[in-house]
Amino acid sequence: MRFLFKTDYEDDIKLFPHSGYIISYGLLLALLLIAPYVLSSYLMSQLVFVCIYATVGVALLILTGFTGQASLGHAAFLAIGAYTAAYLQKYNVPFPVYFLAAGASTGIIGAMVGFPALRLTGIYLVIATISFALIVEEILARWESVTNGNEGMRVKTLSLLGVTVPRDSPTFYYLCLAVLVLTIVGTLNLLRSPTGRAFVAIRDSETAARSMGVNVALYKVKSFAISATITGFAGVLFAHKLSFISPEMFTLQLSIEFIIVILIGGTFSLHGAVLGAIFIVMIDPFLTYLKDDMPGIIAGIAATFGASPATAGNIQSNAAAFASLNGLKGAIYGIIIVLFVLFEPLGLYGRWLKIKLFFQLFPLYKRATFKRQKIYVKSERNR
Amino acid sequence: MSYFRAENLSLHFGGLKAVDAVSFAVEKGEILSIIGPNGAGKSSIFNLISRIYRPTSGRIFFEDQDITEQPPYDIAKLGIARTFQNIELFENATVLSNLLVGRHRHSTTQLWQELLFLPSVRANEKVHRRRVEQVIEFLDLEPYRDKLISGLPYGVRKVIELARALCSEPKLILLDEPSSGLNVEETDDMSFWIRDMKSELGVTVLMVEHDMSLVNRVSDRVIALNYGRVLAMGSPAEVQEHPDVVAAYLGA
Amino acid sequence: MLDFVQQLVSGVALGCVYGLIALGFVLVYKATEVVNFAQGDLMMLGGFFAFTFIGMMGLNYWIGFAGAVATMALFGMLAERVVVRPILGYPQFSIIMATIGLGYFLRSVAGMIWGTDDLKIETPFSQGVLRMGSLVLAYDKLSVIAATMILCALLWLFFNKTMLGTAMRASSENMLAAYYMGIPVKRVVSVVWAISAAVATCAGVLLAPITFIHSNVGLVLGLKAFPAAVLGGFGSIPGAVVGGVLIGVIESMAGFYLPEGWKDVAPYVVLLTVLLLKPEGLFGLHVRKKV
Repeated sequence: MRFLFKTDYEDDIKLFPHSGYIISYGLLLALLLIAPYVLSSYLMSQLVFVCIYATVGVALLILTGFTGQASLGHAAFLAIGAYTAAYLQKYNVPFPVYFLAAGASTGIIGAMVGFPALRLTGIYLVIATISFALIVEEILARWESVTNGNEGMRVKTLSLLGVTVPRDSPTFYYLCLAVLVLTIVGTLNLLRSPTGRAFVAIRDSETAARSMGVNVALYKVKSFAISATITGFAGVLFAHKLSFISPEMFTLQLSIEFIIVILIGGTFSLHGAVLGAIFIVMIDPFLTYLKDDMPGIIAGIAATFGASPATAGNIQSNAAAFASLNGLKGAIYGIIIVLFVLFEPLGLYGRWLKIKLFFQLFPLYKRATFKRQKIYVKSERNR
Repeated sequence: MSYFRAENLSLHFGGLKAVDAVSFAVEKGEILSIIGPNGAGKSSIFNLISRIYRPTSGRIFFEDQDITEQPPYDIAKLGIARTFQNIELFENATVLSNLLVGRHRHSTTQLWQELLFLPSVRANEKVHRRRVEQVIEFLDLEPYRDKLISGLPYGVRKVIELARALCSEPKLILLDEPSSGLNVEETDDMSFWIRDMKSELGVTVLMVEHDMSLVNRVSDRVIALNYGRVLAMGSPAEVQEHPDVVAAYLGA
Repeated sequence: MLDFVQQLVSGVALGCVYGLIALGFVLVYKATEVVNFAQGDLMMLGGFFAFTFIGMMGLNYWIGFAGAVATMALFGMLAERVVVRPILGYPQFSIIMATIGLGYFLRSVAGMIWGTDDLKIETPFSQGVLRMGSLVLAYDKLSVIAATMILCALLWLFFNKTMLGTAMRASSENMLAAYYMGIPVKRVVSVVWAISAAVATCAGVLLAPITFIHSNVGLVLGLKAFPAAVLGGFGSIPGAVVGGVLIGVIESMAGFYLPEGWKDVAPYVVLLTVLLLKPEGLFGLHVRKKV
C-alpha cells in the first residue's frame, strides 16, 4: 500500500499522482511502439481496430459516462466522419485538411443533435439517437450524388506530406495510436477542468448544476459536439483502414458495439474504453480460433478419457457442426452482455481495481467494498 | 433601495396559489428566516428566486437589478447560491470535485485551453483549489476531501452542500432547511457557521427553517408564511407572538 | 380516395402490430421501469412457436395460437426471473443493455433452431377479402385490427376490474408502498412479463400472414414499435396503441405518396419532430423533479 502525502495543490491536479504511474504507462507506451516489429500483420491489423474502437469508446464515455447522456447513434457520427473524408478525397484535398474537416462537420452535426436532445432524458434520448442514426443511414443510402448510395465509396490510400501510408503499414498504426493517445490526454485535461466537472455535475443532478451556475443546455451541446468530433476523427481512420465504406457498415449493430465497449470496459474511467475495445475487437479472432481448434481439442480430450477413435471423430464433427452454426457469435455476444451487466457491472476496469485492492489490502479485503447500492425501485416517473 | 427585494411574487399551479402576492426585502448583511407550516410556500419562494419555477406574476430584484427574467444559471453568476431541502449533491463524484463545481461561476477558461491544459488553466485551477481549501477549513471538512459523496452520512452531506454554495463566494445565500435531518450537535454547529458566514464572510443569508431554536439563535428578522401569504414580519420574538402565526401553527 | 382508404387500412393494420409490441414495452416499463429492448424478439419467438405448433405439428390454428401464447407467457416469466430481476433498481442504462443482450441471444438462438428462411403460418382467414363496393380489404389485415381491439378491451378490463390488475397498477405507481401493503410485488412483476410476452406473441401470430416470420423480424419491428411507444408517452397503454397506429399509417402513407426511401425514415422524422415540440410524447405526463 502506498501513501501519498500531498504538499501542494499541484498534487491534486497532475495526471500522474506518483512515479509508479509514469513507469507503468511509459512501459505500456514503449510496448505499443515496438508492437509492429514483433506482432504478426493480422494482430497489427486488429490493434489498429482496437485504437479506433477505443477512440470512439472515449468519445462515448465523455457523453454517456461523464455527462450521462446515453447515445445509441454513434455509428452515424462515425459514418459522417468517414464519408466526409471519402468525399473530400475525391477533390484531392490533403489528409490534414479532410481529417480536420471530418471532425468539424461531425462536431457540428453532433451539436445539432444535441439541441433537440436537451429536453430529453433516459429512454427518450436513447430512442431519439437511434432515430437519428437510422435517418443518417437512409440518407447515406439515398444521397447518391455524394455518397454513391448502396454501391459504397472507395477510400484512396492515405497520403501524408507526400508520403503514402498504406493501411497495413506501421506508420498508419502509429497514426491511429497517436490519435487515441491525444484523445485520452485531451479528455483527461478536460476532466480536471471546469468543463469536465460541469459534465459530471449535469450527470448527477441537473438542478444542482444549474443552481451552481452551469449552463446545462450549453454544456450538453458541448458534450455532444466534443463526443461527435472525436468520433468523426475516428471515422476518417476507420474509412482508411477499411479502404471501402458503404451504408450497411454503419448500422445500429455498430452503435450497440460501441456501447458494449464502454459497458464491458467500465463506464466510470477512460481505462474502460481501452479495455472494452480490446475485448470487442479480439473476441472475433478468439471465436474463430475456438471454431477452428476447439472441436479437435474436445475430440482429443474425449479420446484421452477412453473414447474409441470412432466416437471421438463423431464428437469432433458434431462439435464442428455446432461451432459453425450461423448465429453462434450473436448468441455468445448476447450472453456476454447479460453476464457483464449481471455480475460485473463495473466492467473489466472495475474487476482490475478489485484485484488490485485485494492484493493491497490482503488479507483484509471485504467483498462489500464494491457492493453496489441497490434501490428497491427508483422510479424516474415519480422523481 | 434594499439589497434583495421580492415584489408581489405569485406562483399558481392551476387553482392552487402556492405563493400569493408575497413581498419582502432583505438588507445587506442580515440573516432573514422564513418560517411557516408545511405547504406554506417557503421552498417555492426559493425555487422562484433560483428560477426553477417561473413566477406567475411579480418581480425579483437583486442589487437594484431586475432578475425575474434571468436564466437559472445566471442567478448563480450574479452571486446568489443555494442549498436544497433534500440535498442535491453530485453523488458519484468526490467531495473535492463537488466543491470545485461550486467555483464554476468564476471559471474563465475556454474549452480549447482546457483541452490542452494551458498554464492559464493550471493557474486558474490552483486559485479554485485554494479557495475551496479555505471553505473546507471553515467548515471542518478536511477528513472527507477525497471521499465519494455516495458513501457519506447525511449530516456530512448537508455540510458539503453548504460548502459547495460557499465555494461560489456568494453575496446572498439561500439555505433551504439547513438543520433538517441533523441531530442537536450538528444543528449547533450549523447555527455557528451561519452566524460566522455573516460576520466573517459578509454573506447575506435568506433561510427557510422549521427549527425555531435555530431561527431564534441566528435570525435578525423573521417572516411567517401560511397558504402562500405573509402573516407577519419582524424580530423573531415579535413574529412568534403574532396572533395569526400562533393560530396558523395551532391550526385554530 | 380509394387508394387512400386502402393505404389507411393497411397502415392501421400494421400499426396495430406496432401498437401491440409497444403495449408490451409500456406494460413492463410501467410496472418495473425496465425498457425491454428484447420485446420485438419475444414477438419473433412467439411467431416461431406458433409456426412450430401449427405449421410443423399440424395442430388446429386456434389451439396452436393458444399454445404459443401460453409457452411465451412462461418464457416471459423465465426471462424476467433470470435476466431482469437481479438488476431491478440498477441504472436504466444497465437494464437496457441487459435486454439488448437478451435480444441478441434470442435472435441468434432462433436463427439456429428455425433457420434463417422466411416462414409463413396458414390461417383460416388469410385468404378471403371483404368487398365493399370497389373497396377491397383483406381479411388478414382486418383480423389484426379486430384482434387488437379485443386485446385492448381485455387488458382494460383486467387492469380496472380485477384484483391482480389493481395490484399491478399499485406497484407501478410505487413499488415499495405496494410491497408494504402486502402486494406480492415480485409475483406481480412476473405476471406483467408473462402478459407482455403473451401480447407480443399475439402480435407475432397476427403478423405472420402479413409479413413473414424470420429471426430478425423482432429487431425490425421492435425498432418501429419504439417510436410508437415514445409517441404515445411511454407509460400510457392507450397511448401505445394510438402511437403504433400513427406510426403504421405514417409509414404506409409515406410509402405510397412520397419518393422511395421515405417509407422507412418517415416514422423517425415524425418522432424526432414530436420529441422536439413535446419531449414527453403525445400522451405523456410532464413530471418535474421536486427539489
